[in-house]
Amino acid sequence: MVTKEKLDISQQKRDWENNTLKKTLDKSPERRERFMTTSSRPIARLYTPTDIANLDYDRDLGFPGQYPFTRGVYPTMYRGRLWTMRMFAGFGTAEQTNARYRYLLEQGQTGLSVAFHLPTIQGLDSDDPMATGEIGVCGVAVDSLADMEILFSRIPLDKVTTSMTINAPAAVLLCLYIAAAEKQGISSTQIGGTIQNDILKEYQAQKTWIFPPDPSMRIITNTLEFCTKNVPRWNTISISGYHIREAGSTAVQELAFTLANGLTYVQAGVDAGLAIDDFAPRLSFFFDSHLDLFEEIAKFRAARRIWAREMRERFNPKNRGSYLLRFHTQTAGVSLTAQQPENNIIRTTLQALAAVLGGTQSLHTNSMDEAWALPTEKAATIALRTQQILAHESGVANTIDPLGGAYFIEALTDEMEEEVYKYFDRIEKLGGVVEAIKKGFFQREISDSAYRYQRETEEKERIIVGVNEYITDDRLEIPVLKIDPEVERTQLARLQKTRKSRNNNKVEQLLSRLQKAAEGTENLLPHILAAVREYATVGEVCNALRDVYGEYQEPIIF
Amino acid sequence: MTESERKIRVLVAKPGLDGHDRGAKVVARALRDAGFEVIYTGLRQTPEQIAEAALQEDVDVIGLSILSGAHMRLFPEIMKLLKEKGIDDVLVIAGGIIPEEDIKPLEKMGIKAIFGPGTPTGEIVEFIRKNIK
Repeated sequence: MVTKEKLDISQQKRDWENNTLKKTLDKSPERRERFMTTSSRPIARLYTPTDIANLDYDRDLGFPGQYPFTRGVYPTMYRGRLWTMRMFAGFGTAEQTNARYRYLLEQGQTGLSVAFHLPTIQGLDSDDPMATGEIGVCGVAVDSLADMEILFSRIPLDKVTTSMTINAPAAVLLCLYIAAAEKQGISSTQIGGTIQNDILKEYQAQKTWIFPPDPSMRIITNTLEFCTKNVPRWNTISISGYHIREAGSTAVQELAFTLANGLTYVQAGVDAGLAIDDFAPRLSFFFDSHLDLFEEIAKFRAARRIWAREMRERFNPKNRGSYLLRFHTQTAGVSLTAQQPENNIIRTTLQALAAVLGGTQSLHTNSMDEAWALPTEKAATIALRTQQILAHESGVANTIDPLGGAYFIEALTDEMEEEVYKYFDRIEKLGGVVEAIKKGFFQREISDSAYRYQRETEEKERIIVGVNEYITDDRLEIPVLKIDPEVERTQLARLQKTRKSRNNNKVEQLLSRLQKAAEGTENLLPHILAAVREYATVGEVCNALRDVYGEYQEPIIF
Repeated sequence: MTESERKIRVLVAKPGLDGHDRGAKVVARALRDAGFEVIYTGLRQTPEQIAEAALQEDVDVIGLSILSGAHMRLFPEIMKLLKEKGIDDVLVIAGGIIPEEDIKPLEKMGIKAIFGPGTPTGEIVEFIRKNIK
C-alpha cells in the first residue's frame, strides 16, 4: 500500500495539476509569472517526495554530530547549549568601547566581538593623513598596546572569548591581544577567540587588503603555525562568506566562494608542512543570513555537508574536528533599509530565525539603525533581545534541525550543493582561488549579481517594503550614534604619548628584525609580538612589511 | 549634432577608507548603460587624487561614494581642491551613508544632490541629464 502510493506520487501530482490546479489557475492566475528567492533562484509551486527521490538518509543527512553533519555539528545542539550571542561592537576610543563591552556582558552577552576603526583595518596609525575623518568612526581606534590594555581593562581574558574582525593586519592584532593578556598575567595558551584573518575574501569582496595575495597567504600560514604551537584555543581563520554576500553575491556564490577559500587555506597549511589535524579544527566559518528564509537554511545545511566531504576526501583527517564546519552568522546588513528603520527589527528577526534553523554556533543580530550609523545602545539591546526571544520563547531551540526532511528544504539543499560544485570546477579551471582573484573572476561574478538585484528591484520584480513599495514620506525619527570629535584628539594625544614614552631604539631594532624575517622564510609572528610588546604601533609594523611586500592594486571591474 | 555626440563623462570616485564598493559599482554600471562615459577611480582615493583625476579626465560629473562616515571631513577638502584647480563647471553629486542633517551643509558647499540608500539608478541618470552644464 505505502509503496504503491510512493510510486504513484508523480502520477498523482500530474493528475492534481491537470484537474484541481488547472481549474484554479483558469479562474485566477498566480500573482507572478516567476517566483524567486533573494538570489533570483526560481522556486517551484510545490515540492513533493519526487523532488527528493534520490535522497539517501544515511549518506546525505545522517545524525547530528555525525558525518556529514547536515543536521548539525553537535549531538544535542541547542538542547545542550544555546548558540553564543555575540554582538559586534566598537566605536570611538578604547575607553568608550570597553564600557560598551562591560555593559553587554552584564546584559547576558556571552562573548566579545571587536569592530576596529578603518585606519586599524588598513594597517594605518591614527596620525596617518589617510586616517583623516575616520578616527573611531566605524569602530574602535587601536594604534598600539596602550589602546589594547584599555580596551580589555577589567575584562578577564581567560574567561571571555573575543572575536576580532581584522584581516590584512590580523597577525598584528592577535599579537596585541596576546600582549594585552600577558599584562593581565594570562598566558597565550589560556586565551580563546577568533581573528577573521581571511584575506582571500578581501580581494574578492570586502576590499580591505594591504599586501598582494602571495605574501598575504604566507602571513596566514605563519599564523596557523604560530597558533598551533602557542595559542591552541584560538580560531585562526574565520572563513567568511558574509562580505561576499554583502558585496552583492547570491547565496550560492557566497557558499561556493567561501568553501573554495577555505579549502585553499587548508591546502596552504598542508603545503607549509603542517599536519591537517593540528590546524584544521581551529578553522571556523562566518556566513551571512539574508532574508530568504528557506534558501538560507538550505545554504547552512549544504555548507556542513560539502565541507565534511571535501575535507575528508582531499586531506584524509583523523580528527573529526578537522572536517566539522562550525560557523558564526551575522544578519544581512545590506538588507537593512534607511527608510522606515523600525522595520529592520522584523527583517533581522527573520534572518536570525534562518540562522538558528540552519544550526549556527554563534550569532550577531544587526540593529535597526545600522543603515545610518553604528548602533545606539538601545538599538543594540533590542537586537540582542531578539536572539533571547528566539532562544527562550519561540520554541525553535527545542529540537534539532526541525526542517530536516522537508521536501522543499532537502531539494533546495541538494540543488545548492550541485551549483557549488559547478563553481568549484570553474575556479579549478582558472588555476585555483588566488589565480582567479588575479583574473578578476570573483569580482566580476559578484558585481554582475549585485547589478541584477538592483535591476530587479527597480523593475519591481521584487518588493522592498518602504523602498519601492509602501513608501511613506519618511524622515528619520530614531536617534543615531554620533562620534564626539573629542575622540580624535584623545586618540592622537595617546599615540603621541606612546611614541614618546617607549624605548624607540628598541622598537626600531625590532622592526628591522621583522623586515629581515619578511625577506626570508622565518615565521613572522614572534617578531611581530616582540615589536608590539614594546609598543610598536599597528601602522609601524604594517609599514615595515609594506616596504618588503608592496601594496596590492586591484583590477578595476564594474 | 556633433555637440550631442560627445558622451557625458562621469568620474565615480571613492574617498575614505571603506571598501564598500557595491553601490559605486552599481551606479557606475547604470550610468554606463545609460550611455555615459564612466571612469571609476577604485578605492581609498585622497581628495587630491580625486581632484586630479577630474582634471585629467576632463569630466562633466563627479559622483562621490562614501560609507565610512568621514564625508564631513573629506568632501569639503575635495570641493576646495576642485576650486583651486579651476574646476568650477563640474556637477558634483554624492551617495552612500550620509545622515539627513549633513545634507544641507554639503549642498551649501556646492554638492548638487545627495542620493541616499534605495535611490533608483534612473533617478540619478535623469538628474545628471537635467543638471549638466
